[in-house]
Amino acid sequence: MKTPQEIFEILKQKFGESVIGFADNKLLEFAIEIAPLAIAEVGYFLRDDSELLFDNLILLSALDDMTGKKVTEEDGSFRFEGGTLSVIYHIESTSSRHKIVLKVVVPKENAEIESVAYVWNHANWEEREAFDMIGIKFLNHPNMIRILMPYNWDAGYPLRKDYKNPEFYEGMKVPY
Amino acid sequence: MGLLDKQFSDDNIILAKTEDLMNWARLSSLWQVGFGLACCAIEMMATSASHWDFDRFGVIPRPSPRQSDIIIISGTVTLKMAIRVKRLYEQIPDPKYVISMGSCSNCGGPYWEHGYHVLKGVDRVIPVDVYVPGCPPRPEALLEGLLKLQEKIRNETMVRKAVV
Repeated sequence: MKTPQEIFEILKQKFGESVIGFADNKLLEFAIEIAPLAIAEVGYFLRDDSELLFDNLILLSALDDMTGKKVTEEDGSFRFEGGTLSVIYHIESTSSRHKIVLKVVVPKENAEIESVAYVWNHANWEEREAFDMIGIKFLNHPNMIRILMPYNWDAGYPLRKDYKNPEFYEGMKVPY
Repeated sequence: MGLLDKQFSDDNIILAKTEDLMNWARLSSLWQVGFGLACCAIEMMATSASHWDFDRFGVIPRPSPRQSDIIIISGTVTLKMAIRVKRLYEQIPDPKYVISMGSCSNCGGPYWEHGYHVLKGVDRVIPVDVYVPGCPPRPEALLEGLLKLQEKIRNETMVRKAVV
């Protein structure tokens, strides 16, 4: 069993620049920030290294950080200019019983992250959900299409903080 | 207007209006589409099961809309599902009836404001005969809804109303 600090040291030594930082937050869990395009490579290493053996992706979650410049429109609604989106990976090793949190931050304009669907199969649908709800595109994903909303939904990504619901969908009125 | 009111002394002959007979036959064998959407569907299934026994009113789930008479919209109708619901409804042969079961399919229910994916009432895509309120409605409430529908069918007429 390794502490998050030790795992960070191992990753930092192996991947250098791709491992951006380590947040030792007393309230939350330890999080290691990884570069968006290096996450798959790091994932393979974490899974296959004989000392680490992170074989289980517990949860993949995406969030809108609500950063960026808040612009209020005339009708009272608002949108964010710029800002970032995050993806958070909770992974554990079922044999060594250690856990770690990985975090990837991407700008909203160019939200592209390397997919880990081939590293942990569980990530396949979770990444599709993150794409569907928040609008993060996962590169090299086997099937990067919407999972919950209709395939032809073109009104945006519903869980973004500045999302606006459309008036109509396929001729059906959407608001109450 | 009981169907068997005018009984002859000879027990083999019954007099009734064609309309009453047709309506009686129709309302006594309402086959429903075997179709459930959300938690209301659990109550609908309980209604079909032995405790409440939907079958005593002639309601049995039929696995094809083309051989059904009613569709019970039991649950949240999402926008994605609404297209399918409409298509199922269109496949049912006339005369067809719709029971909207529960708050979600009546008006959107708890999703009325922030439900970006929910159709705010199934009556936006198909015509509804009976609305059953509740979240979800008890099986007794669904039975009451069915009895209301039967009442409606009993009073139907094939004769076109005179234009006065």
